[in-house]
Amino acid sequence: MTKYNSHILVCGGTGCRASQGEEIVENLKQAVVDNSLENEIQVVRTGCFGFCEKGPIVKMIPDNTFYVQVKPEDAGEIISEHIVKGRKVERLLYTDPEKNEHITDSKHMGFYKKQIRIALRNCGFINPENVDEYVAREGYAALGKVLTEMTPEEAIKIIKDSGLRGRGGGGFPTGLKWEITHNVEGKEKYVVCNADEGDPGAFMDRSILEGDPHSVLEAMAICGYCIGGNHGLIYIRAEYPLAIERLKIAIDQARELGVLGKDIFGTGFDFDVELRYGAGAFVCGEETSLIHSMEGLRGEPTVKPPFPSVSGYKGKPTNVNNVETLANIPVIINNGAEWFSAIGTEKSKGTKVFALAGKINNVGLIEVPMGITLREVIFDIGGGIKDGKKFKAVQTGGPSGGCLTEKHLDIPIDYDNLLACGSMMGSGGMIVMDEDDCMVSVAKFYLDFTVEESCGKCAPCRIGNKRLYEMLDKITKGNATEEDLGILRNLGNVIKDTSLCGLGQTSPNPVLSTMDNFPEEYLAHVKEGKCPAGQCKDLMEYVINPDTCVGCTLCSRVCPVDAISGDKKQPHVIDTAVCIKCGACMEKCKFNAISIQ
Amino acid sequence: MDIVKLNIDNKSVVVEKGTTLLEAAKSVGVEIPTLCHMKLHDMNYENNPGGCRICVVEVEGRRNLAPACKTECSEGMNINTHSLRVVNARRTVMELILSDHPAECLTCVKNGNCELQTMAQKLGIREIPFEGEQSHYKEDKSPSIIRDMDKCIMCRRCEMACNEIQTVGCLSAINRGFESVVSPAFEMDLEKSTCTYCGQCVAVCPTGALSEVDNTRKVIAALVDPSKTVIVQTAPAVRAALGEEFGLEPGTLVTGKMASALRKIGFDKVFDTDFAADLTIMEEGTELLGRLQKHLDGDENVKLPILTSCCPGWVNFFESNFPDMLDVPSTAKSPQQMFGAIAKSYLAEQMGIKREDMVVVSIMPCLAKKYESQRPEFAVDGNPDVDFSITTRELAQMIKGANINFEELDDEDFDNPMGESTGAGVIFANTGGVIEAAVRTAYEVYTKKSLSKVDFKELRGFDGIRAATIDFDGLPLRIGIAHGLGNARKLLEDVQAGRSEFHAIEIMACPGGCIGGAGQPYHHGDTSILKKRAAAIYREDEGKALRKSHENPFIVKLYDEFLGEPCGELSHKLLHTHYFDKKNKVELNP
Repeated sequence: MTKYNSHILVCGGTGCRASQGEEIVENLKQAVVDNSLENEIQVVRTGCFGFCEKGPIVKMIPDNTFYVQVKPEDAGEIISEHIVKGRKVERLLYTDPEKNEHITDSKHMGFYKKQIRIALRNCGFINPENVDEYVAREGYAALGKVLTEMTPEEAIKIIKDSGLRGRGGGGFPTGLKWEITHNVEGKEKYVVCNADEGDPGAFMDRSILEGDPHSVLEAMAICGYCIGGNHGLIYIRAEYPLAIERLKIAIDQARELGVLGKDIFGTGFDFDVELRYGAGAFVCGEETSLIHSMEGLRGEPTVKPPFPSVSGYKGKPTNVNNVETLANIPVIINNGAEWFSAIGTEKSKGTKVFALAGKINNVGLIEVPMGITLREVIFDIGGGIKDGKKFKAVQTGGPSGGCLTEKHLDIPIDYDNLLACGSMMGSGGMIVMDEDDCMVSVAKFYLDFTVEESCGKCAPCRIGNKRLYEMLDKITKGNATEEDLGILRNLGNVIKDTSLCGLGQTSPNPVLSTMDNFPEEYLAHVKEGKCPAGQCKDLMEYVINPDTCVGCTLCSRVCPVDAISGDKKQPHVIDTAVCIKCGACMEKCKFNAISIQ
Repeated sequence: MDIVKLNIDNKSVVVEKGTTLLEAAKSVGVEIPTLCHMKLHDMNYENNPGGCRICVVEVEGRRNLAPACKTECSEGMNINTHSLRVVNARRTVMELILSDHPAECLTCVKNGNCELQTMAQKLGIREIPFEGEQSHYKEDKSPSIIRDMDKCIMCRRCEMACNEIQTVGCLSAINRGFESVVSPAFEMDLEKSTCTYCGQCVAVCPTGALSEVDNTRKVIAALVDPSKTVIVQTAPAVRAALGEEFGLEPGTLVTGKMASALRKIGFDKVFDTDFAADLTIMEEGTELLGRLQKHLDGDENVKLPILTSCCPGWVNFFESNFPDMLDVPSTAKSPQQMFGAIAKSYLAEQMGIKREDMVVVSIMPCLAKKYESQRPEFAVDGNPDVDFSITTRELAQMIKGANINFEELDDEDFDNPMGESTGAGVIFANTGGVIEAAVRTAYEVYTKKSLSKVDFKELRGFDGIRAATIDFDGLPLRIGIAHGLGNARKLLEDVQAGRSEFHAIEIMACPGGCIGGAGQPYHHGDTSILKKRAAAIYREDEGKALRKSHENPFIVKLYDEFLGEPCGELSHKLLHTHYFDKKNKVELNP
């Protein structure tokens, strides 16, 4: 085995690949060859580093130099300068936005300082297409330990004691779920990995599967041993081609290595994993829908009980866990329940991966200990709000969650606290909004999503969400009354109370939480016909200030609908009946004479 | 037996484990309103997707309201079925459902018979606070069934009927969210799908989303046309159900009142499909004995079992699903079509009118009959043997529309010659009836002995698949019976695989046979009504002076004067048919 002096890690996640990540890898490899360094330097295509804001990322090991926004043409310079001459390529280093100085070691980056990476431990570190690299990082040690040293009950106890809860949204205690499935009689049982990640903006499951697929396979095998099942199924959406490709490679390699298949580690335990593809329906993240979809039926939920633990895939006992949940399992087995439960809060142990998005400086994927505050996440890790604007709200839990505000910033993040504030953990989407965001429009955006993704089986979700959307639309157009707000709230509550599955039971959260936290904004829309954030087109008008307009005619020339008239060197006027509120005039005006009212 | 104790509206309830809240509540007199739920007790089918959410109740300690139809009772539960929270939720959900439903009750086929309408009234909905888009789908009109999916409330009962009971697999939910709707695959029209027109989807639809093609306007147009002689035939099952439409007890026989009403409406001749049923027995029975004799003589080219072919839904089913077995069913036409063929040849000649001037109307318990009457092979130069087929429900509408006080009508007889029938013709309405009628005649023809007892009770009943062996004077004749296409499929698969031991099999597409046909008055899930209708049919049979088809004097006369012998040359031309491979007819809309 070649011993390399240095490794160059290039992000091979979907985001960085889309920004020519593959070419960067190729050019780096070529530059290594050009400099006859192939025996000293290894270029590794890894999983996601999480710092997507500044991708593509190239990280130099061992000194942790963190190059950002690298282009394929930078490859030669990285090799000739960094490797050959030992000088860092300054222009590619990450610049600390506050101190405005280059950071040479990624450990000192605000983005990484407060992170604890357990589920993402190997993402951005190993080559996901090489099982040896996973094994070198204690890979499959946990499976070996469980199979050779523990009874299923003992292993389940570790997971129970660790306090791990489902990371897909519901937060059900994982160990308890395993125990229930273990206790159900049945010769044929299934382990299902739910990789149907569907929250807008969330991509932690994809990143784990792309960056560390073996951790999931290992966990599934452990789960199979614990519940008494020999079949694993990964339900993954077909629009994750890279994750699928890497999973296929990983499954092949694991079979070859003997950690999947017959008689694993000579213990007589058989376990194998198959992939099942979903067509991309949000509701199929709900476990009964997921199971129906795998069975070839329409992806829609059925009433629970019976729970899948009792009657799941093909009517057999089935344990469904989310990707991130599973990725935690091998480490918990290796390091022990106490180690894991020392991290986090009283009822939420360990870490959680969040996908930071929206009006925040450091968009990306982060893993933080439970109990961290929203303020730390948004301002310390996320680098604060873009363009120096004011923080307004953060939506957690995706379309099922709610909007939290300034007053929630110092609450420790865990399952129960988020629920108590009217939001939820969900799968870990976190979308940050600033003063320019209209909260009614935000709620409408999420409802647009749930209307689209409702399966249509139960009436409140099928019709109710549509009506919620239409009422929000009415508000943003200035046509609603205060009475409508009462109807809206009651409808939201009834949909939550009566819907069949988790989708409908949570879909009104964005509406209800914004109504709770921003009542004045709703009232401004319905009582005054105003959108305080200036987002609702129907409630605003572009006007030209005659005192500052010099009559340069630029605005009237740029107006696509000829709504602006006026003589040269005379103040111009906008015909609001014609204006389509595109904002082109305001953008062009050099005298700041045009404003929104 | 495990039992659980719980409280429903402060009433203590003890039920068997596995009982739903809905049933438990009912047992103590608490009626929880339901909409999508439908339990077909005698058939062991239950539609409870938990989709409409009208039956939600409050379960102490549970975060959300629970659907009573789908929630099992557990020990110590405290249930409130009418708390403010429940009432508000139920009402709001109903308002939502109505906000996506066309408000055209006045002209809707289900007006007065609609479960959605009834529920809206029960919940006291007077205004709908939600305005917004309504679902719109293209109307799909097949020869038998109209799909007006704007009125679909996604109760999914039709899917249960089509997929679980009938195993036709034509209907399923498509699209997502607000656009979701029940449809044939790829939004095909029914006519291009594998639909058999059995109509069991229509029979369970709570609203006007699925309904029969209404032919009453065409019938009235023919009646008022002085150049037409309009004759009518009434299927056996109609007389046992029509009374329900006029508030009579299920199982009331209204044969005489029906004949009287038809005459009052203005039909020139009022005949009975039972006559043609007797004729069917002559042809089908002869065919059975012919095949049986050859089989007994060792002819290996002869296929047994022979399958009945009276039921057009069943014919459509095997043409689509078992096209490799088109030579297994009897070639005898159904009674409806035999009637039409004889009426427009023999009878027209006797009456001295031209075929084109005769209009044959059939009153059927069935929707597939509408399609059957339009099959091109059942027409001469484009003139169909049966012009219009209408359902029991449509006839009731016509009677009401003609301002006839049905209950006060005197009993009248059918006209002759095609109104005379035996008890064997009557029992065609029930599952097992066709084969019992066939046995009564075949026994006497085969053994040349007179039957001491004509009731073959071993052939009767409601089990989906039944088997019986009849002693034909030393020859054990093995008979299979299936009703419901799902059961038929099982028997057919046995025949296909060469596992079937039967000499003859009777199949009817609808549960219970024609008495449970999709054109009958709606049972709204109360399948005990079917048993009452079946009992009425057997009563009618017992009351008949003649109970064996070959003893019908007008049948004897028909063969003497016109047809010659059963399965003879003219019979083959007029009374027998052939079948088509429809397996690959599935095509997509352009």
